[in-house]
Amino acid sequence: MAGLERLQLHALHVELGGKLVPFAGYEMPVQYAPGVMKEHLHTREAAGLFDVSHMGQVIIAAKSGRQEDAAAALERLIPVDVLGLAEGRQRYGFLTNDVGGIIDDLMIANRGDHFFLVVNASRKAVDIEVLRRGLPDCDVGPVENRALIALQGPEAERVLAALVPDAADFAFMDVGIRPWQGVDLWISRSGYTGEDGFEISVPAVAAEGFARKLLADEAVWPIGLGARDSLRLEAGLCLYGHDMDEDVSPVEAGLTWAIQKVRRTGGARAGGFPGADRILRELTDGPARKRVGLRPEGRAPMREGVEIHAAAEGGAPVGRVTSGGFGPSLDAPIAMAMLPAALCARGTTVYGDVRGRRLPAVVCDLPFRPSTYKR
Amino acid sequence: MKYTKEHEWLRVDGDLVVVGITEHAATQLGDVVFVELPEVETQVAEGDEVVVIESVKAASDILAPVSGEIVEVNEKLSDNPGLVNEDPTGDAWFFKMKIDDLSVLDDFMNEDEYNELIG
Repeated sequence: MAGLERLQLHALHVELGGKLVPFAGYEMPVQYAPGVMKEHLHTREAAGLFDVSHMGQVIIAAKSGRQEDAAAALERLIPVDVLGLAEGRQRYGFLTNDVGGIIDDLMIANRGDHFFLVVNASRKAVDIEVLRRGLPDCDVGPVENRALIALQGPEAERVLAALVPDAADFAFMDVGIRPWQGVDLWISRSGYTGEDGFEISVPAVAAEGFARKLLADEAVWPIGLGARDSLRLEAGLCLYGHDMDEDVSPVEAGLTWAIQKVRRTGGARAGGFPGADRILRELTDGPARKRVGLRPEGRAPMREGVEIHAAAEGGAPVGRVTSGGFGPSLDAPIAMAMLPAALCARGTTVYGDVRGRRLPAVVCDLPFRPSTYKR
Repeated sequence: MKYTKEHEWLRVDGDLVVVGITEHAATQLGDVVFVELPEVETQVAEGDEVVVIESVKAASDILAPVSGEIVEVNEKLSDNPGLVNEDPTGDAWFFKMKIDDLSVLDDFMNEDEYNELIG
């Protein structure tokens, strides 16, 4: 496809029968022969292999050589506890802008003498610029020539342990480097499906061999972007550019759990990140609007962009669906929407405008399905 | 069986026309999770959106292939939308229409012509 980059595993996706579509500037498999529904259910029952090599991998090291300097610098851009992140551990975070919106969400890992970040494909270029400008005292190095593979599902641990003997010793959000056939695997026990699993950065030269090794286990199917989206939706996880963007604050997006006490009002390192005024105020007073889960009644999905009304008739829309579709594991439509605070209480009935008809949906807790992380 | 460019099939059943989607269309749509059927006794014009199909991926419309009256809809699809993937050209018909002149069906593609289109 013209103007699109190809993944390191492109030939393998074609060989496996992947249906390729443009996504974030890459040609990516949206599904394989079994289709979105079966791929989704298989990941929850056994294991799925996802090629997420389009995502950005970035290494950040303090020019002073002191890890605490890099941590302190990152805290100027990211409202989470980076100084308190132990070596060998990873946490979820986000870059914020001056108005308290989200530039991107990311994973950040402490690897002893540097930090390793994984960012969204569509935001890579923006993130690198923000990091370089905001961290003059650090080296910001995009990692090239490494693929990123996610292995997710209840069988993931068993499958990876055949290649990495101590895989089971990783707890949720542990990171480590392990050798495999002469290359270094950068492993974290994490993912974006709500399942236990691993994300593994592997040198491009070894990526296909590594993926084939995992796929050789009959528990492992290759899984496309379609099921990746329905899995993360059931897990109640945000997708950048949909459930959050430069106008939506982390508090509105329901990500307050990721802002540790030490960075909040009254904490030892409160504020000091872009947009702190708004974010700290919303943490104290509550946001005017918030991301919630919706369970549409009936079977009609409410997709992104569906306008939400407070009543079955009359009035202007009060919010909209930010992500929505069908949850294969729930066998029901599910959606996430940004709604005014007054309508965010669990059990509130709101109405989504689906093709000109207002259909009821009930506000519910997220995730839609309990996650199975191995803590 | 006759076929439209929109990947519907049409079958004559007595004085009625039965409408569904082809296997090719069902495969392209992916797993169907919801079907919204029209009301019976509705007059529709050729090209009207009469059915909405939602797959896990997206929503699609089925257009009325000819003008006429919807006289029966396949209620089985409301409870079991997955039937569209299982048996698109058989049990998963969408609706039956009464039309003035069955000879308008002559203008649609036959099976060979349709297979050439999707080939």
